[in-house]
Parts: sequence; C-alpha cells; structure tokens
Amino acid sequence: MHIVGYLAALGFGFAAIGSGIGVGIIVGKTIESVARQPELQGRLTSLMFLGIALTEALCFIAIAIGFIPFPSP
Amino acid sequence: MPVAAASGFEPPTIADFFPDVVLFAGTPFAMNRVMLIRVLVIVLLAIWLWFGTRSLKLVPGRGQVMTEFLLNFVRNNIAIETLGEEDGRRWMPVIMTMFFLTLGMNLTGVVPGLQIAGTAVIGLPLVLAIIAWVLFIYAGFRKLGWTYLKNALFLPGVPWPLYFLLTPLELLSTFIVRPITLTMRLLMNMVSGHLLLALVYAASSFFLFTLLPQGNLFGLIGVGTVAFGIVYLAFELFVAALQAYVFAFLTAIYIQLAVAEEH
Repeated sequence: MHIVGYLAALGFGFAAIGSGIGVGIIVGKTIESVARQPELQGRLTSLMFLGIALTEALCFIAIAIGFIPFPSP
Repeated sequence: MPVAAASGFEPPTIADFFPDVVLFAGTPFAMNRVMLIRVLVIVLLAIWLWFGTRSLKLVPGRGQVMTEFLLNFVRNNIAIETLGEEDGRRWMPVIMTMFFLTLGMNLTGVVPGLQIAGTAVIGLPLVLAIIAWVLFIYAGFRKLGWTYLKNALFLPGVPWPLYFLLTPLELLSTFIVRPITLTMRLLMNMVSGHLLLALVYAASSFFLFTLLPQGNLFGLIGVGTVAFGIVYLAFELFVAALQAYVFAFLTAIYIQLAVAEEH
C-alpha cells in the first residue's frame, strides 16, 4: 500500500493528543469547581482561559513547525 | 479518490498569506493585501475609538454601550483584576491598545471580502509579543531594580545545588519561551483558522458548483460543508475575541509576575 501526505500533519496529530487531554482536564476541573462554588465563576473562567492558552500553545507550535522549510538532502 | 481527482478543486495554500504587491512596488514600503487590511483596521479603530468616546451621554445609545462595555471589560477584568488598582491603572493604556489592536486585526479574518486576519502574517504578532516582552522586563526593573533578575532566576526556598538545574530552565521559560509562545499562539490560531475556512469554502464551491451540475450525487456533500462552514465561521468569531482577550490577559499576567515582590 502506498500512502502520500505530509509528515508534519502526523506530527501535529501527535501534538494535538497532548494538548487535547490537557485542555479537557482544565475545562473539566473548572466545571467541577464552579459546581462546588458557583460564586467564584468569573475568576475561575479567566483562570481557565489562561490555562487553556498556555496548554494549547504547544499545539500551535506543532502547526508552525510544519511550515518551516527544510533543506532537501 | 475519484472525488478529489476531478478538476476544479483548489485547496488553500500557504501562498494565501503572501499575496502580490499592489501598492508602492519596488520601494521599501511595498504593500500587499494583508498590509492594506492592517491599515484599514487601524483607521477604523482610530475612527471608532475617537468619535465613539467624544460625545458621551448620560443615557448611552447602542454604540456607546458597546464601546463602554469593551473599555470597561479591559480595564476591570483584565488590567485591574490581574495587576491591582494602582498598577492596573498605570499599565492599562498599553494593555487596552493590545486588546483592541489584536481584536480588530483578528476580526478581519471572518469579514467577507477581506477574509484574512491582519495577524495571520508573523510581523504583527511578533511586534506585539516583543512589546509585551520589553514591557514586563521594564516593569520588573522599574519596580525592583536588579532584585528582579534575582527573583526571576533564583527561586526562593530551593537548596542551592538545584540552581544549576533551575536557573537555566527559568531563563529559558521566562525570557525566551514567553515571547515565542505569545507570537505562535496568536499567529497559528489565525493561520489555521484561515486555512480551515478557505478549505471549507473551496470544498463547498467544488461540491455544489462543479460536481452537482455534472449529475454526480457526491455533490450533495456540499450541503454538509456549507453547514460546517457556518458553524466554523461562528467559532472563528469566538476565537478572534478569545485570542485578543488571551493576548492582553497574558501580557497583564507577565507584568504582574514581574512586579510581584516575591513568588
């Protein structure tokens, strides 16, 4: 069988596993905390976005690496 | 795949972000479509924020409510909430600038006819990230002097042999990785957003206007891609606002970490 495609796409897929799990944990924990203490929702939401932003940055670096032109051997 | 092999389907490429020069060709001020969009956004932002805040009324109209909501949001929920009352008011102007600039530039990615975000080419995110980088280092030195470097590089309460391991890591994560991730987060959000939107549009046009008139029933997939395109457009709108919020918020957080007495 012959498969044609970008190896960078595969790399992005692997990177997405990690940040997907990370973002899932962050959002899940935030929902849990809001369920316990609904009055903290505003503060927790901004913390959640901070955590998501830091976590998914790795994913976006993985997208960027696909666009770096490598010298052909 | 027989479907993709048929002619007429043009997937978006990375060349979308580097269109042909249209103005001042040959000079150092050569401008292409993306730069014209940036100029347009800056002019619109200046007009909106100038005339939107000139004649404020006690009973606000619809435009004033929106302007005041956004300005209040950045001042209270980003600047003052992270930095505190005094520092928040001091750093508010630059955080406000970053928020509105990224918001305006991101939103052009979903405007029909413009269809590319001003932040989707590396120049603008890089400049904004460098400004944020210079700002938090300046804020730290201004508040603490050289103890800022000591605070940032040598974590308190750690046995001293660990500094051989921790100090290079802190140096890397604070002064090198922060500007890179700030740039990449904004840039790649907009790049991938544009590529996906353009892919959905191209696929819809191919399915509905090339395949379906030929009597190929695979063309009905186009209905699905149009529906996905509408959902994704709304998602892009959300991402544009979220990334502007995140960029301004992270800048504020970095400044706050720099001016904190100890952490």
